[in-house]
Amino acid sequence: MGMKTFEQLDETLHFEEFDNGLKVYVLEKKGFNKTYATFTTHYGSIDNHFKPLGKEENVKVPDGIAHFLEHKLFEKEHGDVFQDFSKQGASANAFTTFNRTAYLFSTTGDVKTNLTTLIDFVQEPYFTEKTVEKEKGIIGQEIRMYDDNPDWRVYFGLIENMFHHHPVKIDIAGTEKSIAEITKDTLYECYETFYHPSNMILFIVGPVNSKEILDFVKENQSKKTFKEKAPIERFFEEEPPSVAKPKKVIEMTVQTPKCYIGFKEASANRKGKELMRHELSVNLLLEMMFGKSSPNYETLYEEGLIDQTFSFDYTEENGFGFSMLGGDTQSPDELVERISEMVESFKNESVSQDSFERARKKKIGAFLRSLNSPEFIANQFTRYAFNEMDLFDVIPVFESLKMTDVEEVLQNHFKKEAMTVCQVRKKKS
Amino acid sequence: MGIVNHRKTDLHGMTVHTIETKKYKTTSFILQIKEAIDEKNVTKRALLSYVLQSGTKDFPSSKELRSALDDLYGATLNADLSKKGENQVISIRMEVANEKFLANSEPVLDQAFHLLSQVLLAPALENGAFKEGIVKKEKRSLKQQIESIYDDKMRYANKRLLEEMYESEPYRLNVYGNEGEVDVITSQELFDYYKKVIATNRLDLYVIGDISTDEMIEKVKKHFRLPENRATEDSPLHSIDEKKISDVKEIFEEQDVQQGKLHMGYRTYTTYRDDEYFALQVFNGVFGGFSHSKLFINVREKESLAYYAASRFESHKGAVFVISGIETGNYEKAVKIIKEQHEEIKNGNITDDEFNQTKAMINNQVLETIDHPIGLSEVLYHNVVAGTNRTIEEWMEGIKRVTKEDVVKVAQKVTLDTIFFLKGAGTNGNENV
Repeated sequence: MGMKTFEQLDETLHFEEFDNGLKVYVLEKKGFNKTYATFTTHYGSIDNHFKPLGKEENVKVPDGIAHFLEHKLFEKEHGDVFQDFSKQGASANAFTTFNRTAYLFSTTGDVKTNLTTLIDFVQEPYFTEKTVEKEKGIIGQEIRMYDDNPDWRVYFGLIENMFHHHPVKIDIAGTEKSIAEITKDTLYECYETFYHPSNMILFIVGPVNSKEILDFVKENQSKKTFKEKAPIERFFEEEPPSVAKPKKVIEMTVQTPKCYIGFKEASANRKGKELMRHELSVNLLLEMMFGKSSPNYETLYEEGLIDQTFSFDYTEENGFGFSMLGGDTQSPDELVERISEMVESFKNESVSQDSFERARKKKIGAFLRSLNSPEFIANQFTRYAFNEMDLFDVIPVFESLKMTDVEEVLQNHFKKEAMTVCQVRKKKS
Repeated sequence: MGIVNHRKTDLHGMTVHTIETKKYKTTSFILQIKEAIDEKNVTKRALLSYVLQSGTKDFPSSKELRSALDDLYGATLNADLSKKGENQVISIRMEVANEKFLANSEPVLDQAFHLLSQVLLAPALENGAFKEGIVKKEKRSLKQQIESIYDDKMRYANKRLLEEMYESEPYRLNVYGNEGEVDVITSQELFDYYKKVIATNRLDLYVIGDISTDEMIEKVKKHFRLPENRATEDSPLHSIDEKKISDVKEIFEEQDVQQGKLHMGYRTYTTYRDDEYFALQVFNGVFGGFSHSKLFINVREKESLAYYAASRFESHKGAVFVISGIETGNYEKAVKIIKEQHEEIKNGNITDDEFNQTKAMINNQVLETIDHPIGLSEVLYHNVVAGTNRTIEEWMEGIKRVTKEDVVKVAQKVTLDTIFFLKGAGTNGNENV
C-alpha cells in the first residue's frame, strides 16, 4: 500500500497495485456526503486495430465498438445493472472517449455494496445476439441526437479535418452502418483484450476510510482469476504532420453560424512530465493570446466576431494532439482571418511577462476550483495516469513554467500548415 | 447544527446567508436578485445581467475587469438568468481560491468581496447612464444568445412547448427576453431600470467556504452600501396556475432534423410550498426522473424507441415536462406508451422496488447536490422563492413520509396540457467542401 501527501493542497492519496495488475487509488474527502468511484479501462474509440489477447492475427473492428461495448456491459442475465445500483441508492453511468471507457457510480449511502456491483459488472460480461441487436436501435437514436447537435458536428468536423489516418477522426459512437456489423463475438474479443485488470484503474473519492476500501477491493479481486497479463499491441498508421483538409463547411438548420479553428500538433507522442509541461504551456499560451482579459479577445468581441460561447483548449495523448478555438459567430470567414493574423502578430511580438504571470495565476485558481469536484479528480487523475502523469503535479508544474516554454510552443505549435477550419452554416433553403 | 451550518442575517435590506464549511478549496459568493417575470421588463432584465458583468466604475471595460479577476488567482465571475416559477432571477456568482492554498497567501477574499459589491453597486457609467459601448456590445451578445436557442433543437422544442402551454401566463416568457426588443433599449432606460432593481428587488447573498460568519457580516457592512430605506417588494407567492384543462393541445412543427424531439407538458397544481410537494417529487421519480423509472424502462429499454426518455419538474411553477428524442414515424407509439405510464401510476401500479428505489435516489440526489456550493445555494434558495422555511433535514424527512397512496393521489391531479413535436425531415448536416 502506498500513500502520497500533497501538503499545499491538503490532500492525501492512497494507492495499491494488485498482483493481477489492477491499480486502485483512494482519496479521502472529509465533509462530503458523496462518494464517487470510477472504474476505467485504457480503451476507447481509437483502439480499433490490435492483436487480440492470446491470438496471432491482428484484427480491425467496426467503428463505434468501444462505445457499444460500454452500453452492453450494463446488461446481465438477471437484467439491467442500472437497477441494481438504484436499489442500492446509487446512480450509475458510463462514458467512452477516444482512449478511455469509464464506468462510475455516486452514492451517499453504502459504498462497499455499490463498489462490489461496479467491479463485478465490469468484470463479468454477458453478451447475447438478441441483446446486441436490441441495442442497435437505442444507439442509432443516440447517433442521430449527435447528428442534430451543431456544437458536436463542428467539433468533430474539425478533428476529421486534421487527421489523415489516425482513428481519433472516427466518431466515438460510429455510424448506424458500422454498428450494424457488431456481433457478440467481436464484443467478447475486444473485451478480453482491453478489460484485463492490468489495463484498468479504479479510483474512489469521498468520505471513506482508504485502508478499509483498499482491503475490500483486494478481497474481491483475490477471488477471481484472470489470464496472465500481457502488453497490448495496438497498431496505428503513420500520421503526417500536415492536416488532411484545410476547411470544411457543414450546412445545418441553425441561425447562428459556428466556426472553429484547429492547430494540429506535429509530434504528439509525449508522455509523463514532458506531456504535462507541454499541455500546460499550450493552454497557458492560449489564455495569454485569447483569454477574456487579453487585448485580442477584447478586439474580437468589439468587432462582433465572437460572443460568450468563444472558448479554446489544447489536448494531447496517444499520438494525437490539437488545439482548437472558436464559437458562435456571424462572420465565420472573417473570424478565421482575424485569428490567423493575431496568431502571426503574436509570434512577432515579445511575450509579455505581465500577461504570462496573470494567465498562470488564473490557471492555478481554476485548478484549485476543479479540486472541489470529486468527478473532476477521479476522471482527470485517471486520464493523467494513463499518460504517465500525476494530476497533483499540475500546480508545481505551472509554478515551474518559464516564458521560454511558452515562446517555444508559440513558434512550433501554431504553424500555418497545421491549421484547419470547420464551420457550421445556415442551410440554404 | 444540521447537515449544513446555515445562518441568515438581514442587513441593509439584503439577506446574507453564510455557510461555514472546510470542504472546499475556494470561497463562493452567490448573489440572487429576484423579481416577478413581466412582459415589460423581461428583455431589459436579461440585458442588465450581461451589462453588469462587463465593467465597473474602477474597471470600466470587460478587459480590465477580467484582468482584475485573473490577478485574484483566476477568480470567476458570471451573471446568469433563470426562471424560478413566475420569477426572473439574476444570479451573480463569484468564486475565489482560498488563500491558504496559495503559495504566497495573498488576501484575495477581501478584494473579491469588494469587487463583487462593485459589480452590483458601482457599474461603469458615462453621462448618468450605462456606458454606451458596453450596452451596444452586450446587446449583440444577448441577441446571439436568444438566436442560439433555435440551433439547439432540444432547447428550441422546450421553448416552443412553454410558449404554447402557457400562452396567456407570464411563464411563457423566455428568460433571455425577446430578440425584437433588444435593439430599442437605451442606456438611459436600462440604467433607470437598474436603479429600480437596486431599490426594490429582493437580494440574497450566499457566502460558502472556510469562512467566519462574523467576519463576513463585517465585510458586507463595509462593502455593500445599499440605499437606506430599501422597500423590497416581494413577488407574489402564489403561482397563478389555476387553469383547468379541457383538451390536450397538440402542436407539430417540421424542421430538417435527423431526430424528432417530443416534449410534453403537464400541470400538477402542486408547488414547492405545498405539503403534497414531496409526493410530487416521488411521482416524478417513478415516472421519468431516473434510469429505473417507467419512461426509461418502457420507452428505451423495452421498445428501443429512444436514447433518452425522461421527465423533470419545475418546483415553483408546478409543472412536469417529459422529453424524448424519437424517430418521427414513432410519434403515436411513443406518446401512447408515455400516457400509459402515467395511467399506471394513477392506478397504483407501482412496485415496492420502484417506490423504494425512487425515494433512495431522491435522498441521494439532494445530498449530492449540497456537496457543491452552487447546488447548496440553489437548494436553500428554494425557501426564499417559495416563502417557506424548510431545512434540508425536514426536506428529507418529507420524502421519507410519502406513501404510495400519496403518489397515486398526486398522479391523479397531474394532467397533460400540451404536446409539442418537432418532426424531422432527415437531411440535416450535409457536408460541403
